[in-house]
Amino acid sequence: MTETNGSIIEGRTGPWEIVLGLEVHAQVVSNAKLFSGAATEFGAEPNTQVSLVDAAMPGMLPVINDVCVEQAVKTGLGLKAQINKRSVFDRKNYFYADLPAGYQISQYLQPIVGEGTIILDLPDGRTREVGITRLHLEQDAGKSLHDQHPTKTYVDLNRCGVALMEIVSEPDMRSAEEAAAYLRKLRSILRYLGTCDGNMEQGSLRCDVNVSVRRPGEPYGTRCEIKNVNSIRFVSQAIEYEARRQVELLEEGGTVVQETRLFDSGRGVTRSMRSKEHAHDYRYFPDPDLLPLEFDDAYIERIRATMPELPDAKKARFIADYGLSAYDAGVLVAEQETAAYYEALVEGEGGKTRDPKMAANWVIGELFGALNRAGRTIQDSPVSSAELGGLLDLIADDTISGRIAKDVFADMVETGKPAGEIVEAKGLRQVTDSGAIDSMIDEVLSRNADKVAEYKAGKDKLFGFFVGQVMKATGGKANPKLLNERLREKLQ
Amino acid sequence: MSLDKATVAHIATLARIKIPDSDLEHLAGELSQILGWIEQLGEVDTTGVEPMTGVVQMDLPRRADVVTDGNIRDKVLANAPEPAHGFFTVPKVVE
Repeated sequence: MTETNGSIIEGRTGPWEIVLGLEVHAQVVSNAKLFSGAATEFGAEPNTQVSLVDAAMPGMLPVINDVCVEQAVKTGLGLKAQINKRSVFDRKNYFYADLPAGYQISQYLQPIVGEGTIILDLPDGRTREVGITRLHLEQDAGKSLHDQHPTKTYVDLNRCGVALMEIVSEPDMRSAEEAAAYLRKLRSILRYLGTCDGNMEQGSLRCDVNVSVRRPGEPYGTRCEIKNVNSIRFVSQAIEYEARRQVELLEEGGTVVQETRLFDSGRGVTRSMRSKEHAHDYRYFPDPDLLPLEFDDAYIERIRATMPELPDAKKARFIADYGLSAYDAGVLVAEQETAAYYEALVEGEGGKTRDPKMAANWVIGELFGALNRAGRTIQDSPVSSAELGGLLDLIADDTISGRIAKDVFADMVETGKPAGEIVEAKGLRQVTDSGAIDSMIDEVLSRNADKVAEYKAGKDKLFGFFVGQVMKATGGKANPKLLNERLREKLQ
Repeated sequence: MSLDKATVAHIATLARIKIPDSDLEHLAGELSQILGWIEQLGEVDTTGVEPMTGVVQMDLPRRADVVTDGNIRDKVLANAPEPAHGFFTVPKVVE
């Protein structure tokens, strides 16, 4: 039996280290395909978004889409990577029913983007750098449906020819957690840049995982490539399973064979894809239909000028300007829309600003909770940043307590009414009149004369009891700070 | 460079061409001859010469990101044997 402890698997014969590299296929956001004028939109009727180029009719020639090139360069800049001003398209030859040309146009020896880096934000707040080996442009294949007919496979070429960016990492990751953090960060960067929508369910972001194991400090072991892992959860499951399989194999005196394996999400296992035995013999050669792709520095700089502030920079700014923890800042910048909501909340309207830490707690706690329960995203939040700001202002000026504010917030989510209106209508305004609080304290103390005696005899814990009783008498509306002050005075 | 029978059989598999064993010997010889003929180019000294990517001096033409094509399913499927419900169909590929 083996046990996984972060990056180390404790085997029967000693510790093993997991080594992981990821290949991600990210669908480029564009209207038309990489080499044809057919649409890329998801979910159209089969074979309606297919040009004669995509169907590989004889004599059809590919013409590259300028925006797809820009998107690849932009992504390369976002990964702080080398941009190659000259790159070459090659034919990757393989035979499959959903690839009508018999080859995929891809980039092999001279990709458009070279080495870069990505910084992982780990759940415990640590960060870790992972190398990017390369990014290249290529065509997607069509889609095969195997379950529509007892003896036939149905083929839809709508996706055939859509632009993909294949993004390859260095074998720098050491645990399923790091691989998950890599995917989350990559998706976040792609979404900030608007170069890929990052939707794993619709297949716009797909992941192959290279897994190997070794004794700590030894050279890399033989790796297996696991295909078809289409969610972050499955990536973790596939890694855990595959690493254990390799360790058990090695400990029994076997050897790992380099092969392509398929992740079976139903059973949580990986299995060998024997059909791919010849798959790595792709016989690449430069595509004679396409000249090398060339551009100059001015082209790169024009694209650089359109870059938004990326998650790492935004996170650093949130920590520096708002005094947030690394964890909170990381959560708030993961999605651009969340960061925008948070900033609007803090910066307020008409030049007034709000407490950044309180705002962060409300967004990460109450707002995320409400959105999760309602199955909504922050873009269609039932409570706008200005409305939530209105609620925070009522806490800040002592109109309501933080505890009451949570009830008001629930009401706002429910009814869509502004905070002030709910507070007035329900009479939730905090009691800040010290005379009124005094008389309620007197009443509670006189009713509990025995407990007052116990308190004075040294049973300090009873202070909380008195606070609770007065709060109850005011329907939770007494200003907590004032109540504490007055009560302490009276009990002296 | 000369090809052996096993290599020819492998290439045939990759290209999905069925070749009887009795033809392999002959084809290996024929393909080897073609390769030998092309290899004569290696005799030319190309030191310092940039690889040529085309005979015409031009840049890779690019298109604007506009949908200009598609919605021609009937044409796309016109030559396909047994299309069904708008799909191409092929003998079942079992993974």
